[in-house]
Amino acid sequence: MSLRFREILSSGEFVITSEIGPPKGTNLAPMLHHIELLKDKVHALNVTDHQSSVMRFPSLGGAMLIREKGGEPILQMTCRDRNRLALQADLLLAYSRGIRNVLCLTGDSVVVGDHKEAKGVFDLDSSQLLMAVRSLEQGKDLGGNELDGKPEFCAGAIVTPEARPLEPQLIKFEKKIQAGAEFFQTQAIYDLENFERFMDYARPFGVKILAGIILLTSWRMAEYMNKNVPGVYVPQHLIQELKEAPKGEALGVGIQIAGRMIKTLKEKRLCHGVHIMAIGREELVPEILQAAGLDGTGG
Amino acid sequence: MIRSITKQKSLEEILSLLEGMERVFILGCGTCVTLCRTGGAPEVEDMTKKLRENGRIIMGSMVIPVACDEISHEALEQMRDPLSQSQGILIMTCAFGVQTIGRQVQIPAIPALDTLFIGKERGIGQFEEVCTQCGDCILGETGGICPVTSCHKGLLNGPCGGTKDGKCEIDAQKDCAWTLIYERLKAQGRLDRMRRLQPAKNYQVSPKPGRILIPVEERGE
Repeated sequence: MSLRFREILSSGEFVITSEIGPPKGTNLAPMLHHIELLKDKVHALNVTDHQSSVMRFPSLGGAMLIREKGGEPILQMTCRDRNRLALQADLLLAYSRGIRNVLCLTGDSVVVGDHKEAKGVFDLDSSQLLMAVRSLEQGKDLGGNELDGKPEFCAGAIVTPEARPLEPQLIKFEKKIQAGAEFFQTQAIYDLENFERFMDYARPFGVKILAGIILLTSWRMAEYMNKNVPGVYVPQHLIQELKEAPKGEALGVGIQIAGRMIKTLKEKRLCHGVHIMAIGREELVPEILQAAGLDGTGG
Repeated sequence: MIRSITKQKSLEEILSLLEGMERVFILGCGTCVTLCRTGGAPEVEDMTKKLRENGRIIMGSMVIPVACDEISHEALEQMRDPLSQSQGILIMTCAFGVQTIGRQVQIPAIPALDTLFIGKERGIGQFEEVCTQCGDCILGETGGICPVTSCHKGLLNGPCGGTKDGKCEIDAQKDCAWTLIYERLKAQGRLDRMRRLQPAKNYQVSPKPGRILIPVEERGE
């Protein structure tokens, strides 16, 4: 990958990102396989940070591996597990190892994960982590102390276009921009009309928006998300489409739905790109790209 | 009035803490723990029964009016004899009471309760935390609703992505503090307050452990 992510974002090209979930343990083979499979098919790869508060191999380790393999990592960083010293230190380490992109997240609550008795840190929130990134770039840490050598990052955050109520999330979206976010990955979207309305609101802010695409694997999964995942609403007609799939072909229909959405988003230029989350089914990302009429962005 | 909100430890843990102590004195308190039903007269009576069933000899018991008050030593004085014959005192009060009493007796003070938070009784049997005494009050920016206390993550800049229909990620029964703040500020026409970017919180204003000495002249003495 010759271009860095920020250059791609500003190139006007429709941006494709995806993500890698690190292993629970030291067996890196499946993650390495996914990195090799995807690094030249998408513009950048997120590495999740103890997703859903489940302890895993760290996102920083995954991002370093992507770098070693010649891919472009986006380091996901949550505020759940580290205080401001540890977060800033990890940003310095990331920069020193060639990582230039960071996605700043508050992080899920500890109690949704697999270490329910742990202490949730939240010394900073996502906006304040963005401020920390920008402060380090100015050569000062959050304590106001001078740095000997400063990092530089393309910093992003997330936004939930389908949140209910929506306005509090939009206020936060604007604060994240004020704090220094240049790009946003959205929570999964399925209703393109709603998303178009969100984009009408978001476009004037001048930040890059990557629509979140979560692969639907069955109608049950869609209904589960509707019931349990904040800010995700799969419309009834998509659930029906999955239900009508011949036995054993629901996953294929899910891939077609994801591909179709990406295609529409790209053709209508509704946003600047997509972020594909296959959650445990990373090997299917090339098929989604194919269904979208994109057979890998190449380098 | 704010209260110290407590819950009783399991009998198993209490018995483990009382290991090696055969003769025990039990102390309850007439204030917060009576309200919470964790250390009032009925609970002290119940504990007496349970400890007897587990082979303990209860040398005496009492429900002190306010265990965290310094005058508690006068009440303890009346119990000097049974206390002197006990090997431990099981204290069914909040941690303030345990520490106050613990300083005044020679025998080990054993807590029977866990102190959860400082809160208010909203309705019968309904207790809510209202302030975490963080030392850097943000209520003026948040419509009088405290996100440090009422947001599960203590966030200062608005709701996290885990909120759903105005409820919290960790509990569908719990209101999202930031949705409440948003609604109140909106009703007051003060959403501009929510739009202000709050910098990282200063935790140094509330030194741990908290300790303040007001100079004599300022006390007006």
